[in-house]
Amino acid sequence: MNYHWNWGIFFEPNPMGTGTYLDMLLSGLALTLKTAVLAWIIALIFGSIVGVMRTLPSRAAYWFGFCWVEFFRNMPLLVQLFLWFFVLPELLPKAAGTWLKQLPNAPFWTAAIGVGFFMSARVAVQLQAGIGSLPRGQKMAATALGLTTMQGYRYVLLPMAFRIILPPLTSEFLNTIKNTAVAITIGLLELTGQARSMQEFSFQVFEAFTAATLIYLLVNAVVVTSMRFLERYVAIPGYITGK
Amino acid sequence: MFSNLDFDVIRRALPYLFYEGMTFTLTLTALAGLGGLIFGTAIALMRLSGYKVLGRIAGVYVDFMRSLPLVLVIFWFYFLVPYIGQWITGASRPISVGAFASSLITFIMFEAAYFSEIMRAGIQSISRGQPAAANALGLTYAQTMRYVVLPQAFRNMLPVLLTQTIVLFQDTSLVYVLSIPDFLGAASKVAQRDGRLVEMYLFAAVVYFTISCVASFGVRRLQARIAIIR
Amino acid sequence: MIEISHVNKWYSPTFQVLTDCTTSVTKGEVVVVCGPSGSGKSTLIKCVNALEPFQEGDISVDGTKVNDPKTNLPKLRSRVGMVFQHFELFPHLKIIDNLCLAQQKVLDRSRDKAVAKAEQLLERVGLKEQAQKFPAQLSGGQQQRVAIARALAMDPIVMLFDEPTSALDPEMVSEVLDVMVDLAHEGMTMMVVTHEMGFARKVANRVIFMDRGEIVEDADKEDFFGKPRSDRAQKFLSKILSH
Repeated sequence: MNYHWNWGIFFEPNPMGTGTYLDMLLSGLALTLKTAVLAWIIALIFGSIVGVMRTLPSRAAYWFGFCWVEFFRNMPLLVQLFLWFFVLPELLPKAAGTWLKQLPNAPFWTAAIGVGFFMSARVAVQLQAGIGSLPRGQKMAATALGLTTMQGYRYVLLPMAFRIILPPLTSEFLNTIKNTAVAITIGLLELTGQARSMQEFSFQVFEAFTAATLIYLLVNAVVVTSMRFLERYVAIPGYITGK
Repeated sequence: MFSNLDFDVIRRALPYLFYEGMTFTLTLTALAGLGGLIFGTAIALMRLSGYKVLGRIAGVYVDFMRSLPLVLVIFWFYFLVPYIGQWITGASRPISVGAFASSLITFIMFEAAYFSEIMRAGIQSISRGQPAAANALGLTYAQTMRYVVLPQAFRNMLPVLLTQTIVLFQDTSLVYVLSIPDFLGAASKVAQRDGRLVEMYLFAAVVYFTISCVASFGVRRLQARIAIIR
Repeated sequence: MIEISHVNKWYSPTFQVLTDCTTSVTKGEVVVVCGPSGSGKSTLIKCVNALEPFQEGDISVDGTKVNDPKTNLPKLRSRVGMVFQHFELFPHLKIIDNLCLAQQKVLDRSRDKAVAKAEQLLERVGLKEQAQKFPAQLSGGQQQRVAIARALAMDPIVMLFDEPTSALDPEMVSEVLDVMVDLAHEGMTMMVVTHEMGFARKVANRVIFMDRGEIVEDADKEDFFGKPRSDRAQKFLSKILSH
């Protein structure tokens, strides 16, 4: 291979004047994490609502949940981001559209909301399965005690269901982090984006991508480890131990 | 709000969008799905082979691929494949392999990690008596896999494999980052040339949505039919 | 035909499943192996065609050492028929193909020859009309008769039966035993793990009684049913024959 390796590149100043190339990658990491956390909060909120709706006896609620999931699951994430970023502002009334377009950090908000809604469909499916895996008697027992439907979900069904789906939710959170990289297409300079611009500025392709790869692996390891702790912390004695 | 939209631009672009763009997307999906399944099955067999080293290599590969964003992997292979080509052929400079070959290799390598997990689950779902019975009849390891275990694993996992293929179909849109004219890339090209982003992206969304919906509906029906047969 | 000498097998350093097992089956002999569950009888019979490995001792079939790494196991196994507790027909293959697969792939028989052999054997076990069905469409008794036919299609020199009737509904036991009795009368060498003492009385030459991984009693049928020497065998017999 006649590739010219230069691992010292990370400590050379970047052309943006924001410090070294390493600083550039780390700022990308920070943006990746910020976007992913916000997206994950959105995914959890909407995913929970939709997931619960899909288990309610009401046909209307079920259909709403069904359509939500199908809508966000059957389009590539990239296309969804384009819809939010390029199409939505044009379809709104003029004033609102202009306001939206001039929003500072538009790529960040678009990415967080876009990835958040995309992941909400997957959270909903997991939660529906989690609730479905509970014994039917649980819901009846809650009702028999006089709890309202809301109370039944809040105090009986959801606490168990979320514990059950904690492992799949961990991998969905990891997916959320990975999916923020798609936002490179709407100009979000997250980790992959920064690695890409480092490659364009310095021509040190493999150093840039190796560093990004290692950072992603590290983030993965941290998330997996901390979720293990969480699983153990919320585990209920004598019930599924998460092992 | 649709008053100032020009949907005729879509009609005019249809031949380009489908003959070039969709053909690229579907060919890439089909070949990457097939290649990913074959390579993924090999990885699954390695993991279940009982040879510790082999199993570890396969496991590390799967975990590694699944930890990375697809976009990053696409970049990796885009820049790496020419050097690998040079190394294999012994050429004096990196070999240019073309957009299609580069993305095909990327998706095969990436999807193999996901397909291998599906095939592994499929193989493990088969009772241990099945390979024992095949061995008792004198079938070798390879024959046991080929005629008894893999056909059953494949059949049991068919709905999951197809669902993963639908995900793959959607994921191929990410070759956009290499400015390759797949379906979305083609739509985007027209959109920027004619200044018609809204129309083209809406149309692209509708097309992806329709195809994915019809395909997953088909998978659901297949799943129901398999459930009855069993 | 089968020589088992001083076989020891451990699942882990502290858990021994077979302890110094020694016995033999001569040509044309029918040997029934019985004992309480967990006594190691199924493990022992699976050692005969090397489906289970063992750490010490020797087993040879027709003069070929099973535990010799140089032995061509597929070839050896193709001459040893085996019938499993849970039938283990291949669910994705039609009945006829269940019988033909190994004939074609292991013995290199032509399709026509294999089909002819299969049909002849299906006729013999009374299932010729079922040839084009799938295993799941047959009753348990029928499936087990197919499994016997599948093993016979390989022209085995000895047949191993691992609790062939214990997964069957009571009303189906006799149809399977009838096939086995016929086989015994024809002079097939058989090693049978079973609780069916009626079968043992009718056709066995010898009975082996196992308990906790040891061969406790290895006697002629008349001696065994007349007056077992060991306490444990007596207890076992009184339990199994009292109902």
